[in-house]
Amino acid sequence: MNFFSKKNKKKAKRRGGVRPPYIGLFCLGLFFTAVIFANVIAPYDPNEGDLFSTTIPPVWEKDGSLAHILGTDMLGRDVLSRIIHGSRMSLLISVGCILFYGSLGVVLGLISGFRGGRTDMVIMRLADLWLSLPGVIVLFMLAAVHGPSAKTIIITFGIMGWPGYARIVRGECLSLKQRDFVRLARVAGCSKLRIMFSHILPNIINTIIIMATIEIGGIIVMTASMSFLGLGTQPPSCDWGLMLAEGRQYITYAWWLVTFPGLAIVITVLGFNLTGDWLREVMDPKQKLR
Amino acid sequence: MQGYIVKRILIAAFTVFTVLTVVFFVFRLGPADPVMVMLPPNATPQDAENLTKKFGLDKPLMVQYGNYLKNAFRGDFGSSFRFDEPALRVLLMRFPATLKLGLVTFILSVTVGLSIGLISAVKPDSIIDRIGRLFALAGMSLPSFWVGIMLILFFGVTLRWLPIAGRGTPLHYIMPAFCMSLYPIALITRLSRSSMLDALKSDYVVMARIKGVPEFYVILVHAFKNASIPVITVIFGIFGALMVGSAVVVEYIFSWPGIGRLVMESFFARDYPVVQVFVIVVTCMVVTLNLIVDIIYAYIDPRIRYQ
Repeated sequence: MNFFSKKNKKKAKRRGGVRPPYIGLFCLGLFFTAVIFANVIAPYDPNEGDLFSTTIPPVWEKDGSLAHILGTDMLGRDVLSRIIHGSRMSLLISVGCILFYGSLGVVLGLISGFRGGRTDMVIMRLADLWLSLPGVIVLFMLAAVHGPSAKTIIITFGIMGWPGYARIVRGECLSLKQRDFVRLARVAGCSKLRIMFSHILPNIINTIIIMATIEIGGIIVMTASMSFLGLGTQPPSCDWGLMLAEGRQYITYAWWLVTFPGLAIVITVLGFNLTGDWLREVMDPKQKLR
Repeated sequence: MQGYIVKRILIAAFTVFTVLTVVFFVFRLGPADPVMVMLPPNATPQDAENLTKKFGLDKPLMVQYGNYLKNAFRGDFGSSFRFDEPALRVLLMRFPATLKLGLVTFILSVTVGLSIGLISAVKPDSIIDRIGRLFALAGMSLPSFWVGIMLILFFGVTLRWLPIAGRGTPLHYIMPAFCMSLYPIALITRLSRSSMLDALKSDYVVMARIKGVPEFYVILVHAFKNASIPVITVIFGIFGALMVGSAVVVEYIFSWPGIGRLVMESFFARDYPVVQVFVIVVTCMVVTLNLIVDIIYAYIDPRIRYQ
């Protein structure tokens, strides 16, 4: 990896320097602060309502109070605290999804690329078939049968997301397979599993991490929209999508209920997208991601 | 060529068959007993038994599966519990609304996306390029359901310029179509920009310029024609699957009377035959779309046929 090769520098100059995406990193900083210190910085218990102080507007509005900076919802729960705690849910779900389908995709891609032949054909055909299925539909089926929950979302995206990873890992694996160190490992008598996981996998881990960073933003949006539709997390958990769904009923007189959770999603996703794009630019993996 | 088409059709047919099978087993083998779901809470065991008989659920699983395939082949997917009509007909009645919205979205995203991508690539780092890149980033990062709510809040509730729900006048299309096309525009802009940048650097463009072809033709005829091929595949290839996802969300927010809203209503009303038929019909649509794209693509690009 030649970060500072002449070519990259030139390219970087045209793009305004290899400077890190400060905005993106700042957004991510906010997000992870919320995730890690949720219990410390959130002013209230996110699920504790106070029926004497319902739908208080944010502090800068006429009836706003300093006690609830971003206002309260229809049950008197503090919006800011719910947003801060909601970050945990969205990280949990999105990382769960990525880990699930990422590992599935990596394993299938490795097998497909390494074994080749009929195995390869079957896995790749399956991947094509999978890609033609819209994920929402599978979610509908699973949610209809098993009931909507965060688990259902993770399982659905886990089952649906693997082909992208499998294709890229397979491509990398095909070219790595021909390299001398893999041949050498074969001559030395390494088992196939060992070659796959301790010789080939470490060489594609960079690509996988970049892909995950780029995808996590999209996953957060998708899982939030599923929760918004009522197909994911159920009340009373704090989830940004769910907060939007609840606030939507009060849109005519409590605009803050639908504005701030959405802004939280935007900030988080922007953070992941900008950082992911930068990582890709810096590390410059050869293939174009889907 | 014919061999290729036949192969593609067989694969498509196999995909549809697989989906039919998966749908059958997911709904039958799930923990929820369909009869219990259908019946009102005060039903007697006798009612349950009658219903089980009526739907043939007392027969062995493989027999049920055979009947199901036979009926599916004839276009019979059971009746909707809510409307007491064939589920397929219920779905098809709501279909035109979705199709119209989808068409408007499609035209909007392709024209806007392609033109921004084209101009950005021809004049990199110009104002349009910067705005285009910003817009692409926004389109990738803004959740469409939130944008929809914000639009309703701003143009519907505060300014009262646009209708917030339903359909009828052209005004009704503005917000849902904008909302739905946000992500595709971003995607198409990015793709067409990068693909156009590659094309502009290629030898045939240099050659055309050396020959003295006017710049206008170089860009539109030589570069753009070649650059559009990968973009078109992606547009058609993913558009189907993409649209379904955002159609469900957007129709739900704007109360658009299409199939996305129908499936949400049916889901919450536990009207599973409609959900089931939605899954099947949408998959068939996406598969058919992909098949057509594959065949057209093979016509345009001979390299594919001989792979």
